[in-house]
Amino acid sequence: MSEIVATQVPHKRSIPFGQEAAGALSIIVLGAIGYFLYPDDLAFLTRLIGIAFLVLSLDLVTGYCGVATLGHAAQFGVGAYAAGIACVRGITDPIALLAIGVFAGTIMGLISGALITRFRGLPQLVLSIAVGQLVAALANKLSWLTGGSDGLSGITPGKVFGIFNFDMYSRTAFLFSLGVLVIVFVLLQRFVRSPFGLMCRGMKDDDLRAKMIGVSIYPRLVVMYGVAGAVAGIGGALTAISTGVVGLDSVSFERSAEVLVMLVLGGAGHLWGALAGTIIFMIFEHIVAAANPFHWMTLVGLLLILIVVFAPRGLIEPVLSLASRFKRKGEAA
Amino acid sequence: MTNLLEARGVSCSFGGLHVTRDVNFKLTAGDRVALIGPNGAGKTTLVNLITGDIAPSEGQFFMGGDEITGLSIPDRVRRGLVRTFQTTRLFANLTVADNVALAIMQRKRITRRFFSSSTELPEVRAEWSEILSHLGLDRLAYRKVVELAYGQQRLIELAIGLALHPKVLLLDEPAAGVPHDEAPKILEAINRLPPDIAVLMIEHDMDLVFKFARRVLVLAAGRLIFEGSPDQVTADHEVRRAYLGSYADARRAT
Ligand SMILES: Nc1ncnc2c1ncn2[C@@H]1O[C@H](COP(=O)(O)OP(=O)(O)OP(=O)(O)O)[C@@H](O)[C@H]1O
Ligand SMILES: [Mg+2]
Repeated sequence: MSEIVATQVPHKRSIPFGQEAAGALSIIVLGAIGYFLYPDDLAFLTRLIGIAFLVLSLDLVTGYCGVATLGHAAQFGVGAYAAGIACVRGITDPIALLAIGVFAGTIMGLISGALITRFRGLPQLVLSIAVGQLVAALANKLSWLTGGSDGLSGITPGKVFGIFNFDMYSRTAFLFSLGVLVIVFVLLQRFVRSPFGLMCRGMKDDDLRAKMIGVSIYPRLVVMYGVAGAVAGIGGALTAISTGVVGLDSVSFERSAEVLVMLVLGGAGHLWGALAGTIIFMIFEHIVAAANPFHWMTLVGLLLILIVVFAPRGLIEPVLSLASRFKRKGEAA
Repeated sequence: MTNLLEARGVSCSFGGLHVTRDVNFKLTAGDRVALIGPNGAGKTTLVNLITGDIAPSEGQFFMGGDEITGLSIPDRVRRGLVRTFQTTRLFANLTVADNVALAIMQRKRITRRFFSSSTELPEVRAEWSEILSHLGLDRLAYRKVVELAYGQQRLIELAIGLALHPKVLLLDEPAAGVPHDEAPKILEAINRLPPDIAVLMIEHDMDLVFKFARRVLVLAAGRLIFEGSPDQVTADHEVRRAYLGSYADARRAT
């Protein structure tokens, strides 16, 4: 076409799989700290990991696609109930139960996505609440299946890989959950940088621009919801397996709202933000709520106000910008 | 010669305001057409109608032999109908490279991939790298779009258009806001395009219009009032009255 040979833009300097390795390593280090320094809190830390999946899942649709939702617990809860019910009815292999959670979460995600992403703005938000409430109502009404308001109990999963029994100190549950988190987190790191993930971020920035390069927005959002459902479903299934019970709280509006707070706290649009938000919020809650439940809500309110005023894009943002400034300085030198 | 794009009797009104009135035109292979007209004449609206951003109240559009009036925006893009925006619409929080790479990947149908690292795919990288260096944007490749000056953002708008390999390219004032010494890059980029595609450019800068266009369409108050060679346009009395006069005023004002 032209005689001018275009100069090639130099490659971005990066270590292949560097980010994935850093992600996996950080989670393992954090996990090791929890395991060795807080052996009495492993049940709590396992619950934290379960919720982390839900926050990561929410990050996919809210942080990466800009979908406003206050009903995201539905995906988590459906995964938890599916795994719990399957376990009570005789499927006890933990891996199989995880797969069931993933499947149920994906289906729920696709259904939610198909409804919710048809709309935008306020109608979208209201619809997300409606879907969440519908699932919560169903979980309550179908008490022969779900245990209703008593919760679903008697979930006794078998050994992991046929070797490791779930012990009363939650050691197995914790390590199992941590292992799954490492795998899922690494996969998500690749996913959000994939052509699909990048396009989602583009659509969030400007959907008319995305359409004008030939993208059909709606089917992509539904697919993204399916992926998010799978991730939330894992969290639900893990929680069901490790706690042995599934209650209505797992599909509640409060759960949906709480994870949104965690995401905003950590920083939406970053996987690290989702993780950081979960860890900070839950540990904070664990310590403060144990001391004084009334103060807990006051403090959450205060915390949120501070975040929105001083770090509106979440706690992870200043850390990341500091890191990139560091990196740029390194490259300039 | 085949019609790449045809408008038949297209009208559009917002409320009671008739912004487009019975517009008919054809773009054929190799066309280099300028669409000029005073501010508010309905030029951008016409592009919005062509691309499917808004629906006409009357009339049809065709590409090749097929009617496209009812097609969605992405469906038209997939047929090679590409536009740039007068006020830039970019993926503001992504890098310049990612903006162009997304267009390339969408064209190549690889944006459904879930697990490859996107921008650095070699076949994609070679393309955006070339487009960006032609437009003098190569040093900005890894900068976020929001961090750039408006003039640079205008060129990214063009870069995305080029990356889509259009059959019909509609440029809405590509040079507006671009620093004067960068403006020739726009013409250079258009000249590098395959000769058999059709390009329609909305432009107020008459120097650029004369360098670019072999045919000029003049739009005033929603109506196409003139069609002819650039020389005929300047000679035409009505066009002078409807447009070039106000253009001269605008020139004096800035
Ligand atoms: N969505 C809309 N709703 C109502 N009125 C509109 C809309 N879009 C455009 N208009 C009006 O239609 C008329 C034509 O606007 P348009 O942007 O198409 O003009 P233009 O020829 O592109 O002008 P310019 O040279 O300033 O870009 C203007 O009077 C404008 O206010
Ligand atoms: Mg305009």
